[in-house]
Amino acid sequence: MEARGGLKLQGLVKRFGEVTAVAGVDLELPAGRLISFLGPSGCGKTTLLRMIAGLETPTEGRVFLDGEDITDRAPHTRDIGMVFQTLALFPHLSVGGNIGYGLRIRDVPKDQVSGRVEELLALVSLEGLADRRISQLSGGQRQRVATARALALQPRLFLLDEPLSALDANLREQLQVELRLLQQKLGITTIMVTHDQREALTMSDLVVVMQAGRVEQVGEPLAVYRRPATAFVARFIGSTNLLEGRATASGRVRLMDRELDVTDAPPMTEGERVVLSVRPEEAHLSVADRPAGNALPGTVVFVRDLGEFFECYVDCGLPDPVVVAGSPRERVGVSQGDRVTVQFPPEACVVVRA
Amino acid sequence: MRAAKWVLTTVVLLFLLAPLLVVAIVSINQNRYMDFPPEGFSFHWYAELFNDIGWRSAIQKSLTVATASAALAVAVATPFAYVLRAYRIRLSPLLYAVGILPFMLPPVISALGAQVFWNSTGHAGQIENVIIAHAVFFSTLPLITISLAMETMDPALPEAAQTLGASPRTTFRTITLPLLVPSMITGFAAAFVLSLNEYIIAYLVAGFSVETLPIKIFNSLRYGFTPTIAAVSVVFILIAASVFTLFAIFGNLLRFLGADPAILDRQP
Amino acid sequence: MTERRKPTRGTYLVLGVPLAFLGVFFLLPFGIMVATSFYHRIPGGFYEAGFELASWRRLFSGVFLERTGFSLLISLLAGGVCIVVAFPFTYFLSRMRRRPHVALLIVVMSALSLSEVIVGFTWSVLLGRAAGLSNIMVWLGLMDEARAYQPGFLAVLLGLCYIAFPYCVLTLYPSLSRLDREVTEAAQTLGASPWRTFWTVVVPISRPIIMAGFLLVFVFTLGSYLISAILGRPEHWTLSVFISDQASFNANVPFAAAMALFLTVLSLAMVGIVMLIESRTRGAA
Repeated sequence: MEARGGLKLQGLVKRFGEVTAVAGVDLELPAGRLISFLGPSGCGKTTLLRMIAGLETPTEGRVFLDGEDITDRAPHTRDIGMVFQTLALFPHLSVGGNIGYGLRIRDVPKDQVSGRVEELLALVSLEGLADRRISQLSGGQRQRVATARALALQPRLFLLDEPLSALDANLREQLQVELRLLQQKLGITTIMVTHDQREALTMSDLVVVMQAGRVEQVGEPLAVYRRPATAFVARFIGSTNLLEGRATASGRVRLMDRELDVTDAPPMTEGERVVLSVRPEEAHLSVADRPAGNALPGTVVFVRDLGEFFECYVDCGLPDPVVVAGSPRERVGVSQGDRVTVQFPPEACVVVRA
Repeated sequence: MRAAKWVLTTVVLLFLLAPLLVVAIVSINQNRYMDFPPEGFSFHWYAELFNDIGWRSAIQKSLTVATASAALAVAVATPFAYVLRAYRIRLSPLLYAVGILPFMLPPVISALGAQVFWNSTGHAGQIENVIIAHAVFFSTLPLITISLAMETMDPALPEAAQTLGASPRTTFRTITLPLLVPSMITGFAAAFVLSLNEYIIAYLVAGFSVETLPIKIFNSLRYGFTPTIAAVSVVFILIAASVFTLFAIFGNLLRFLGADPAILDRQP
Repeated sequence: MTERRKPTRGTYLVLGVPLAFLGVFFLLPFGIMVATSFYHRIPGGFYEAGFELASWRRLFSGVFLERTGFSLLISLLAGGVCIVVAFPFTYFLSRMRRRPHVALLIVVMSALSLSEVIVGFTWSVLLGRAAGLSNIMVWLGLMDEARAYQPGFLAVLLGLCYIAFPYCVLTLYPSLSRLDREVTEAAQTLGASPWRTFWTVVVPISRPIIMAGFLLVFVFTLGSYLISAILGRPEHWTLSVFISDQASFNANVPFAAAMALFLTVLSLAMVGIVMLIESRTRGAA
């Protein structure tokens, strides 16, 4: 089956009076994949989704679906299915009424509608609930009904606006997996807006990280995690240590009185200000005198023993303490006040744009 | 503080109930004139209410006017409220103000305005005049209830319908309008009850030819009292009390009046 | 964040019909009334088109100013009495257990369903000499002989309070029932007695809604006709009764029209003043 739903966003800008919500976005998104728009509130991700849905008209720019310019099409003529943050289930219709709505307004015969509704209910594991009223459903059930309703007409695009934000943590994680498996089963192009980076990393084929109306980075989840392009991405996804130094002539980075080796560094001019991102779990504590790789000596200021992992905050003379994280196995016997050396390999250093 | 609470509640309760009790007692008084203590009891005033053609006609006129004017009020208010809330209309605050103005002013103003209007048209004294005057005056009520419903409706609902392929017209027909029906009914009920009890507009517009119930009662008070008036009142009270009790049992009266459901559930 | 849609020609048509209805049957009558206020009154009842200020000049007469003053006074009093009683009452009501809570609300709403003419009638009985409160007092031996308190000022005031009270309660109810229980509990853990809590926490928080309730009763009673007509002598007539009297029995429609316009301006001005005070106090708070 040829995957439909290839989306191209060209120069999209959206201004609301004085406020610019989306400041110029160009994206080409592959068909058949689950793509997350990830970012903090106010970064424009929801506005971008709504422009794809046709619920907002772009101030500038065009939207293409499978090569066709749909920018001027009204939402009800686009081939989309959308799950809203409030779920927006029609309170005056039953579960079956909601799911079958799109079919009924297209004058599909009644028995066909109920057949399809049963199919969809089975798809989301809610068999037999067609006659229930919306008010009688639990949060998780409502979410599934909203999903079934959006997929009823087999749209080319499946759009989700923070679909799980109203649920409690356990239910959310369960539904993340369910939604992902469903998407993979149907092979439908899915775009999901979320502010939860764990959710994005769990579910996505591709992550689009946004801030202040712009795209900061696009990539596969692990790639975005391992090699963040900017300081913002490095901080927003997971936690990180940001070390600021100056480039040397030999391609190393000078930090206080040390020179650090960096692999895969972009070309740098001597003296240029450089920010390195080092994930806490890539750093280790060493008590040896001459440790290998990059090393920074310091004093332990705080230790967090969280059972499944520990965190150690080390004051190395930098503005912020360097955080080292590891599993209990790696827990070198250090406590507050000890002198240690923080060690991290050159591969763990990522040059990020500030 | 506890004592003050119970004293206040009891005083208010007595205050509210006093007229209701008086009316009930007078309505079953045997004698025509009022006296206390009453001499005997009888239900024949209730019978007279339904047998006397004057009273039957007044009841029928009032019901006709109330039903027609309330329906007309809702018919006028619904498109008005919907368009003002769903579309960008210039001067919409001003238009909304015009919509609520009739009801906000003392009724005698609308009454006098309607009187001079209908007198100048040469179509004076007709029941339609009263119906239209009431409809204009009470259109504010459904206007407010429907506007409020539009405001509190999840804006994502019509959007969801659109993503499911519904054109704006289909969205209105299948989603927005059904969700507005409760507020339309509330507006109708409010206009209906108020029209039933309204005096001054009905009187100045066509009081001599169309004798509605309140007009007949007021006239009866001026020209000689009969306990039939009390019987009418008791019937009104019983109907209202039953409706509210039913609402309380089967509906959710407290939430309807504005209580927060979350706080309610915490109370024993 | 849905933008309101751009109107089409069809939209204006849909809006135009109800607007035309209001225009013809409200704005036009209002306009005719304005014109009528300048008409010439023919002694004996009718009036003919013309332009004279005779009716407007009568607005400065003692009679009219007296009626206006009385209307304002009694509406202010009714507003004050209602809010002073209704506010604590509604507060206690909102905290009652479900059964008495619902029962009381049904009583309040049943009172609301009584038409004004019936309220006037029952209070005329209650305050009368034949079968009223004073008769009960005599029967109980607390009074020597029965007295009539109506028609009278107190009777009109009581009647106005009675019809306005349920509306006042219903205006206060939503926000008082939503008042966070924990706010008053917090005050009590800080040492405030229930009495203190009421005055230093509940009342200040509710200031806007108290203003709204007062304004509601004020405007509502300003427009009342039947209570004043039934329970009051001519010296207790409100402006509404006076206007209606001029329009029907005294057959001086131009004068009635002038007064009605004055009353319109007065009502709008009162609403404006109270809203101004409310926004000022809210700004200061």
